[in-house]
Amino acid sequence: MGVAIAFWILAIVSVAAALAVVLLRDIFRAALALILCFLTIAGLYVTLSADFLAAVQVLIYVGAIAILIILAIMLTREVQRGGLSNKLQLPVVVVVVLLLGALIYTMVSTPWAVSTAMPLVPTTPILAGKLFGEGGFILVVEMAAVLLLVAILGAIVLVREK
Amino acid sequence: MPHQLLWLIFLLPLFSFIIISFVLRPFFNDKPQLGGYTTIAAIGGSFVISVFALFAVMANEGHALPVPDIEWVLIEGGLSIHLGLLVDSLTAVMLIVVTLVSLMVQIYSQGYMHGDPGYHRYFAFMSLFTASMLGLVLADNLVFMFVFWEGVGLCSYLLIGFWFHKPSAANAAKKAFIVTRLGDFGFLAGILALYFNTGTFDIAELHHLAITGAISGTILTWVAIGIFSGAVGKSAQFPLHVWLPDAMEGPTPVSALIHAATMVAAGVFLVARTFPLFAHSMEAMTTVAIIGGFTAIFAASIGLVMTDIKRVLAYSTISQLGYMMLGLGTGGVAIGIFHLFNHAFFKALLFLGAGSVNHATGTFDMRQMGGLRKVMPWTYATFVIASLSLAGVWPLAGFWSKDEILASSLESQPILFYLALITVFMTAFYMFRAIFMTFGGEYRGGAPEAHGHPHESPPVMVVPMVILAVLSVVSGFWNVGGQFDAFMGHGGGHGPGFFTVLTHPLPLLSLMVAILGIVLAYAVYSAKWLSAEKLRGMFGPLHTMLARKYWFDELYEDVFVRTSMLNGFFAGLQQFDTNVVDGTVNGVADGTIAGGRAVRQIQTGQLQLYGLFIGIGILAIILSVLFLG
Amino acid sequence: MLVGLEHYLILSTILFAIGLYGALSKRNAIVILMSIEIMLVAVSIALVAFSRYIVPLALTGQVFVIFIMVVAAAEAAVGLAIIIAIYRGYETIDATKINLMKW
Repeated sequence: MGVAIAFWILAIVSVAAALAVVLLRDIFRAALALILCFLTIAGLYVTLSADFLAAVQVLIYVGAIAILIILAIMLTREVQRGGLSNKLQLPVVVVVVLLLGALIYTMVSTPWAVSTAMPLVPTTPILAGKLFGEGGFILVVEMAAVLLLVAILGAIVLVREK
Repeated sequence: MPHQLLWLIFLLPLFSFIIISFVLRPFFNDKPQLGGYTTIAAIGGSFVISVFALFAVMANEGHALPVPDIEWVLIEGGLSIHLGLLVDSLTAVMLIVVTLVSLMVQIYSQGYMHGDPGYHRYFAFMSLFTASMLGLVLADNLVFMFVFWEGVGLCSYLLIGFWFHKPSAANAAKKAFIVTRLGDFGFLAGILALYFNTGTFDIAELHHLAITGAISGTILTWVAIGIFSGAVGKSAQFPLHVWLPDAMEGPTPVSALIHAATMVAAGVFLVARTFPLFAHSMEAMTTVAIIGGFTAIFAASIGLVMTDIKRVLAYSTISQLGYMMLGLGTGGVAIGIFHLFNHAFFKALLFLGAGSVNHATGTFDMRQMGGLRKVMPWTYATFVIASLSLAGVWPLAGFWSKDEILASSLESQPILFYLALITVFMTAFYMFRAIFMTFGGEYRGGAPEAHGHPHESPPVMVVPMVILAVLSVVSGFWNVGGQFDAFMGHGGGHGPGFFTVLTHPLPLLSLMVAILGIVLAYAVYSAKWLSAEKLRGMFGPLHTMLARKYWFDELYEDVFVRTSMLNGFFAGLQQFDTNVVDGTVNGVADGTIAGGRAVRQIQTGQLQLYGLFIGIGILAIILSVLFLG
Repeated sequence: MLVGLEHYLILSTILFAIGLYGALSKRNAIVILMSIEIMLVAVSIALVAFSRYIVPLALTGQVFVIFIMVVAAAEAAVGLAIIIAIYRGYETIDATKINLMKW
């Protein structure tokens, strides 16, 4: 029951925060709303028994990505022009609503094979085994490392003064 | 002798061509005589094998040698073309003619072409020319034959245009190629029609089919006419005769080869080779005979007034080829080919003589010659022998074959006989007119740029002429007892007899007519009893007509080429090309550009719009899966 | 009211739709980038929910989420670098005015 209450609170707050991100005029406030959104999603991970992910979510999204975005906002000085829409707003709304309807319909009408087993806690050692252990995702981990390296180098090259 | 060796007859000159082109010309350009020796050695080898082949064919019961053939093209369940040799009496005779005349011409060329910068090229082409002709003669199926037929045409183009830096030579080569091409089209159509109706290209099988009547009627006639049109082009028969006189632009030994043994003989040979097809179609035979008879007198009449010695000989060749066609059309293979056989020697000799005269005087214009009898005795003697033989004076070679043609034409088409008889008179007249103008009287100076006195040609040129002169005398004796006819499978083997022939009225008549022509020529051009100028005045319009060659060049040039082709057909084609072909291409391009201009409007560069379309696409996929899948 | 898989999925879908709306209709490039981050976490929620309710003992969905975070971090770094580079050149980060890909 406690989980259900937590879910509803978190869900409502996260949707509101997401709407604030796309609708707020002040882009700095939008970024703060994004942090809120990330935090509530970390909370949702907790309700899903994903403790490690919740921690990582806070660390990476709130600690790194959000800070990076705020930094970019400071650099570009277009703080007051966040809420402006382009000419496509109406068709976008139509398409998005239709897509939302179609997806929800699909999800509700699909008979999910829900398992009754209790989730494993804590997840950290199990995830570590999955990532680095025998028959795990070690190759993908390596590729992710390369991706990050390339991304960092690319970012440096892009913003370097000529 | 193993029969596979027969392949060498045509392969030797081909090897000679390859060696000269790819070895001697690039690496031994400073030793031009090597090319000539190679050619002579190769053709000499071919000649020796040909002699053996002739005796082998003679000794063989069926007058044919079996030669194993090679599969060339095989399409399962359909087309099958064999590369094979057909060596029968006709082939054997032709092999002797081609190799012997070619050998003589090559030896002669050593002297005539001496110092020419294109010496290697000349002998390479001559080798290829001879090889093509030998391949044509040896081929046992029509496809193989057509390949060499075109090879002969190509080589004649290359050799007529040998001095391609002269515009007249380049144009003559083009003319020869294009005019013969008109005939080749008919030949190809004939071959295809034949294959369509019989399913075979093999000549022996076609003979069999024609003899058993498996192909007959209209189809056979049209096939025969198609093949004959190829022969008309190659053998310069009316109305495709216009290229041959212009072909004089090539080196004179080339003319000798073309006129005697290779190019023009190919047409006559083709008709002889496919003769059973003709023999079973009355219409085709009549066509051949009429074209031949008409060409004979038509060309001879032009020859009467030409002043260029090679042109006289050229029209003489056309006329004699007409005789051969007449012989084929009225008599049969033996008669036509016998004349070809004899004609090859004395006509080659005449051309070599003309070349010798040109070598001495630097011109071909008979009005600038004269008096050469004293300085060029060998040339004079051989030229007279050849002319007597050509005129048909007993007992020289031309007499025997011409007499047979006259006899067979009298039997089947009396009108053609009278045409042929008049041609005998004309032939004798124009040949001796040429002799008296060239060798008689006083020397008139030669070409303006020639300096010094005319002199006899070197032995390398004289010796082949003497050999050919001997052949021009004796080659006719082959059929004195009817042996040639029997060899060719024609007649019962009883000939006219060496002396008894003169007791028959017809040979006597033709001999009298020929002598009359010689006497008239003597009267006009040597003894001057009659003035040539006065005669010209008397027959003014006629002379003009003959001198302009019945305006055939003008007719073709103005009416066909300019009016019908350039302004009519080609202009129409150009209109078609500009409006329809180019229009289509441009239309497609313009349409594409216009389409691109219209469609690129949606390429706004706004990534969000693209994203919207992606979203619409995903939505469409989801909906289609939901409602359709 | 019992919370089940569908609840999480619907929440995920709503967040995804909001993100999509922002990404397609906003002018400010930074807002677009933030919208894309929302879309990424929306998908992550769906993956964790699947992992929790369908294969609770395998945790594969959580592994995928870790990789999504890696991609999101890389994307944020590069995307913001591009935005700053464009801002230097154009003095604006209005996506409708950046039309280098126009015909």
